[in-house]
Amino acid sequence: MMKQISNRKLRRQKRNRFFGALYASIIYALFYIPVLVMIQFSFNDAKRNYSWEGFTTMWYGKLFSFRNHDLWEALAYSLIIAVIATIISVAIGVLGGVGLKKFEFRGKRFINLMLYVPIVVPEIVLAVSMLIIFMTIGIKLGMGTIVIGHCTFCIPYAVVTIKGRISGDNETLQEASMDLGANRLQTFWRVTIPSIMPGILSAAFLSFTLSIDDVIMSNMLASARQSTLPVLILSVNRTGVTPDINALTTIMVLVMVAGMLLLSAVQRARAKKEAREIAEMEKRISTMHSMVE
Amino acid sequence: MNGASTAKKRHNRLPAIAQAGPVSLWMILFVTIPMLFIIFISFMTRGSFGGVEYTPTLTSYETLADVIYLNVILKSLRVALVTTVVCLLLGYPFAYYIARKPADVASRLIMLLMIPLWTNSLMRLNAWMLLFQTNGPVNKALLGLGFVEKPVTFLYTDGLVLLGLITNFLPFAVLPMYSSIEKLQTAMLEASADLGAKPSVTFFRVTLPLTFPGIFSAIILTFIPALGTYTITDMLGGGKVLYIGNIIKNQFGTIRNWPLGAALSVLLLLVTALLIFVYSRFAKIEDMEVL
Repeated sequence: MMKQISNRKLRRQKRNRFFGALYASIIYALFYIPVLVMIQFSFNDAKRNYSWEGFTTMWYGKLFSFRNHDLWEALAYSLIIAVIATIISVAIGVLGGVGLKKFEFRGKRFINLMLYVPIVVPEIVLAVSMLIIFMTIGIKLGMGTIVIGHCTFCIPYAVVTIKGRISGDNETLQEASMDLGANRLQTFWRVTIPSIMPGILSAAFLSFTLSIDDVIMSNMLASARQSTLPVLILSVNRTGVTPDINALTTIMVLVMVAGMLLLSAVQRARAKKEAREIAEMEKRISTMHSMVE
Repeated sequence: MNGASTAKKRHNRLPAIAQAGPVSLWMILFVTIPMLFIIFISFMTRGSFGGVEYTPTLTSYETLADVIYLNVILKSLRVALVTTVVCLLLGYPFAYYIARKPADVASRLIMLLMIPLWTNSLMRLNAWMLLFQTNGPVNKALLGLGFVEKPVTFLYTDGLVLLGLITNFLPFAVLPMYSSIEKLQTAMLEASADLGAKPSVTFFRVTLPLTFPGIFSAIILTFIPALGTYTITDMLGGGKVLYIGNIIKNQFGTIRNWPLGAALSVLLLLVTALLIFVYSRFAKIEDMEVL
């Protein structure tokens, strides 16, 4: 009797596991189908992507003949903006993440609340409100305004990511550093920054991906003359996307995946190194103990 | 910590200003002030050559009550609601499946979920368009299987917009729910089962309430962006079907009616504030999973 029940239970578990995996695969398919179609159409032998006309690698060749000026210019513009926005956001995010965790000051609750605003408020509202301010003051739209827009939604994510990395040990470490005679600046550079490095790296990666893929801010806060790659894609969508755009975005996603793999490899190596150092330290301490005894 | 060091901290304000200063200044300059200004503009008069005349009026809000705008608002709310409900229903079991896997498998599955997000979002939407073209693969399959007599028009319909919204926001619904479910302790579920609760009772009385912060974060991260988007509706709706986002955008482009665009933005702000308020009644804002 007992055995029968456990058998039935086992069979049910097996069945549940099967349906779980099946369900997850369907959801993953929903995410990966558009990506695969996008890659497929970078090999489309047609002037514009409407239907599949046969296989060619021509578009990659065309892309690297660098004759598609608009496309490369838009990519360069996007990349410059993403790099500047990432640097500013991470710098302010590190300072802010540490500062908001460590210090108490009047208005701190308000700033914390404000940090949630760009995360939850629709991007169009944020973009439009900045646009009105810039136009009213008379600030010229262009790269500067796009960078400001991107930073405004990247900084909150950077602060949240970095704040999450600061733990209780951090405070102790900082105090130890100061007790050993380091000043605040030295402590910040040599103790605080290294201890939150994983947080800094993920904040940088997140800021970069948010900026490079942004459409709404980049569209609303841009000058009429120059647009980022996503805005260019939005504008050519009506007339049909050319396969070279698919080729370029395919290369971009491959670079991103490679970058992420590298990042996680670095983080794993760091974790291993730390573990080794801790083990060594413990060994030394135990030898010291035995010497004392 | 002792009193002396606290006192010291209070005296030396420079480190606090240097560290928390830039972020505070940025948020006030580029979030607080613009938000206040857009509320102010929504009560102003539309200038005769575009722009704004600084005479207070409620015209913009009265315009919103017009049938045309009211219909757009109601439709946007309905579409955002459907998107959110579908994302929750599809996303929760998926998040649950990942969260119950061993940690290393789960982190790989989450990575697998993130990779498509690094593909340009507009190109992913474009891929859906290619699949659902009149002579595209979906129509060919439907014709081949004999489900339909002639090709179905999917392009620029509400259905395709909905598909785009759901596939676009589903990952952002899954991530917060995943982190909530992952924190859930198996001991709780075992205790519930040991006390004789059926799996369904455990789910509704233990699992669901404990993962509420994640679910509500998912609602916020799906409903609000879905309500404000204009790119998805522009791409897949072909500009034929108007939503709140499109109308706001148009007021600052071709039409140039800033106060009306501002009033619609204020409406979106109010919806956001309402959702956050409801959330804060049930859970702490700090517990909101935003990543």
